[in-house]
Amino acid sequence: MARKKQSDGSGDMLAGTLDMMILKTLLAAPAHGHTIAHAIEKSSDEVLQVEHGSLYPALYKLENKGWIASFWGTSENNRRAKYYRITPDGRKQLSNERSRWESLVRAVGQVLGPVED
Amino acid sequence: MLWRRRRRQDRELAEELELYLAQEIEDNRARGMSADDARAAARKKLGSRALAREAVYEMNSVRWLDTVWGDLKYGLRQLRLSPGFAVTAILTLALGIGANTAMFELLNALRLRSLPVERPGEIMQVVVDGGIKGWGTSDGPYDATNPLWEEIRRNQQAFSKVFAWSRSGFLYGEGVQAKIIPGVLATGGMFSTLGVKPYRGRLLSEGDDRRGCAPGPTVISYGMWQREFGGQDSAIGAKLMLNDKLFEVVGVTPPEYLGLEVGNRFDVVVPHCVQHVWGDGLEQKHVWAVIVMGRLRPGWTEEKAAQHLKAASGQWFAAVPPTGYAASGMATWQRFRLTAAPAGTGVSGLREQYERSLWLLLGITSLVLVIACANLANLMLARAASREREMAVRLAIGASRKRLLAQVLSESLLLAAAGAALGAMLAGTLSRTLLWYLGNGKDEHQLDLSSDWRVLVFTTAVALATCLLFGLAPALRSAKADVAGTIHVGARGATAGRNQFLFHRFLIAGQIAVSLVLVVGALVFVRSFHKLTTVETGIRQEGVAVHFINFVPLKVAQEARLSMQRQLLDRVRSVPGIEHASTTTHVAMGGGSWALAFRAPDLPGKDGGWSRFTWASADYFKTMGIPLKAGRDFTDRDTPTSPHVVIVNEAFVRKYYGNANAIGRQFRTTGEPGYPPTPYEIVGVAGDTKYFDLREEMPPIAYAPQTQNPRVGPWIRIVTRSSIPAEDAIAAVQRVMQAEYPSVRMGQFVLRTMVEERLVRERLLAWVSGFFGALAVVLAMIGLYGVLSYTVARRRNEIGIRLALGSERRGIVRLVMVEVAVLVAVGVAAGGALTYMARQGVGSLLFDVTPTDPEMLVAAIAVLAFIAGAGSLIPAWRAAGVNPVVALRAE
Repeated sequence: MARKKQSDGSGDMLAGTLDMMILKTLLAAPAHGHTIAHAIEKSSDEVLQVEHGSLYPALYKLENKGWIASFWGTSENNRRAKYYRITPDGRKQLSNERSRWESLVRAVGQVLGPVED
Repeated sequence: MLWRRRRRQDRELAEELELYLAQEIEDNRARGMSADDARAAARKKLGSRALAREAVYEMNSVRWLDTVWGDLKYGLRQLRLSPGFAVTAILTLALGIGANTAMFELLNALRLRSLPVERPGEIMQVVVDGGIKGWGTSDGPYDATNPLWEEIRRNQQAFSKVFAWSRSGFLYGEGVQAKIIPGVLATGGMFSTLGVKPYRGRLLSEGDDRRGCAPGPTVISYGMWQREFGGQDSAIGAKLMLNDKLFEVVGVTPPEYLGLEVGNRFDVVVPHCVQHVWGDGLEQKHVWAVIVMGRLRPGWTEEKAAQHLKAASGQWFAAVPPTGYAASGMATWQRFRLTAAPAGTGVSGLREQYERSLWLLLGITSLVLVIACANLANLMLARAASREREMAVRLAIGASRKRLLAQVLSESLLLAAAGAALGAMLAGTLSRTLLWYLGNGKDEHQLDLSSDWRVLVFTTAVALATCLLFGLAPALRSAKADVAGTIHVGARGATAGRNQFLFHRFLIAGQIAVSLVLVVGALVFVRSFHKLTTVETGIRQEGVAVHFINFVPLKVAQEARLSMQRQLLDRVRSVPGIEHASTTTHVAMGGGSWALAFRAPDLPGKDGGWSRFTWASADYFKTMGIPLKAGRDFTDRDTPTSPHVVIVNEAFVRKYYGNANAIGRQFRTTGEPGYPPTPYEIVGVAGDTKYFDLREEMPPIAYAPQTQNPRVGPWIRIVTRSSIPAEDAIAAVQRVMQAEYPSVRMGQFVLRTMVEERLVRERLLAWVSGFFGALAVVLAMIGLYGVLSYTVARRRNEIGIRLALGSERRGIVRLVMVEVAVLVAVGVAAGGALTYMARQGVGSLLFDVTPTDPEMLVAAIAVLAFIAGAGSLIPAWRAAGVNPVVALRAE
């Protein structure tokens, strides 16, 4: 169904990379959804745009898998906000994903070869 | 669990999204945007919040289950919007499915269900190959004489264990309270062969069945235990008086074991060997007395057992030849061979009698269900058409056709499920009522009608089939909606296309076709039944009662029996209200038969023949209202020692003497056990009567005087004609007998009632086919009315334009009626073909009517044409009443 494709969770990003970036962001400190999105956008120099249509399903999926946990706290401007933090399982998952990602990048790099101008 | 988490996360997510939005707006404002721009940019970045929520929601759902559940809820809501439609549909389906299930339950219990015994597939019955064809003497579905059974037991190789049994009524109790209960005589191996375990106490074993045994142990059924002993353990060891002998209850059979004869209950099981205390039946070599059954030896199959029996049984028959037969009779005996037949579903007279009728009734009820489905399909189609725009819009904004199909089908599924549930409840009552009906309103038959997996599968399959039958077409139609066309047409309004009604028309024509089959069936069965009840029997049945008097307890010596019979007859004749009384050995149309072969030297063209025989006393013909056409009645001068005389009926004369005068002619019967060869002289000719049942042609019958009957038993069957009603005559005779001969046992019935009760199958077919035929017609009429009303409503514009252009109202009526006429014509043609195809199934169940009787066909067509006319009158009239101005302005 047409709708399903949109809500697959990864948007334009490679499948699984958003999960990885969320985990990486949360490694620094617990954060709520908006902060996470901002952090990803900032650290990618605004190259990666995180739509909440992908962000929130990804957050809930990670939580259901037990890689992150949530708690309710107060946001910078004194609103009730749901904060996420990474769990030990999430850390393990992140390092796994990271090495997988790096080997993937290496592999793709080898296939493409040095840049020829 | 899942759905709870789903709901919580949905709630939380909504809040998070709010926060996100607020944060984004703030950020934007911080960058210097105006309030409005900040909000708009934030919204834009967020995109659809609903989509995000849905993604999380789905993540936590079992998707297809959720969809189905949603569809069902939607269907329920749709049905609640039109309760009239829902109720009608469910009730129609309940009736249809209920009737089908009821028939199936009966067939299942009667035909398909295995006996509750160990590995029923291994149980075989030993039967005479090709049947006994009326040879010898028999009062049940028996295939072996007792001496033959002993040969089988001694010599057979096919079975690891064998046993023999027969059914028998037992006089239970003493004196006035005594009553006849159904019982079974069984050899010792029965229960161990079947693997039936005792419910209480022990069952009969080989040790209880020794030749020449004295009355002793007996086993009672669970039903008898409950009825007579209140289910108390003290029943074990209790004494039972059966046929004036004292027995002791040693055990109870389990509740699910209803005996080997499906449909007929048993109360007691008595060892086979005991029979010798009541008579010499066990020694009789010409009396078919037992059913022989066995469990196949490991590794043996039905075919192997059959081959073994066929090959070996010639010797067994030769070893136990009956005596007293003429050479031709003996030749038949020597040709008999045994074979094996599966008996895992038990034996059943009820099955043989009613199985075909029940299959036929199942056919009728399924046709009714088909009509009901066609009706529903039409209704659903009309509903679908009125929602066509809705469907088109939904398609246009991206709904998938599959989803729409599923949604509309789920509505049908709901209807079918509700109908099936209600129908299943109805079925139990229906099947029980039917069984009660087959027993003429007495608890004669007992069947295990509890639902098993077959019934469940059947009902489910029927429900699903109906759902698809009436739901699929409308669903496909909805899902196929032509988006642009529908939205456009709906907006503008025009005539409905011809094709749109094609399927409706097809359904209506189909309904008429099936209705025709059912109406013809109903007419034919009702006619057949009517003919049977009014057929000329040759007997004036009104006022005739039959009294069977058993005077065994009087212990009358053999030589004195005749005078005892005379004494009883005279006493009955003198009861006030009795006009005529006579003895007879045979009750006409009672289902019994006694025939003897004879030789005669002076027959034109042959040297012998056979005739039914009845021994009766003087006045028999007056009592039964049979005219004496020539010669004389029996008189007191016909004594045991005077020359033997017979009165024959006209059929006898026609068959054997043609037009010649038969009085004074002589013939000689060939011998049978107990009936030595005897010369007879014809002294009279009586009118023809039925003998065995109502269906047969008037057969040749010879009546001989009771005084010259070679076998006079300690009982007498008296027929009376009374000036008072037969029921009162029965009561009067009973009073006299109880007062003067308190120890004799009596069985009495009204002849007319007995004859009617024997027509139960025909009556059942007539009633049920009549009922469903009428129902079919009503359904067809409703269907036609519905469809016409609908098409007329859809064609209002067209009709308005026609009228505006000068068409007469009569012309509009004609327009509608011609359409109906075409539908009826197509339907009738198809129905006629169907009827022709269905004719083989019913032929043998009919009396003096053929299933394709042109008269019946014409009558059925007339009924349907009339109904079609009636059903279309109102819509046609409504069409003619269309006001062109209103119709056209309404656009």
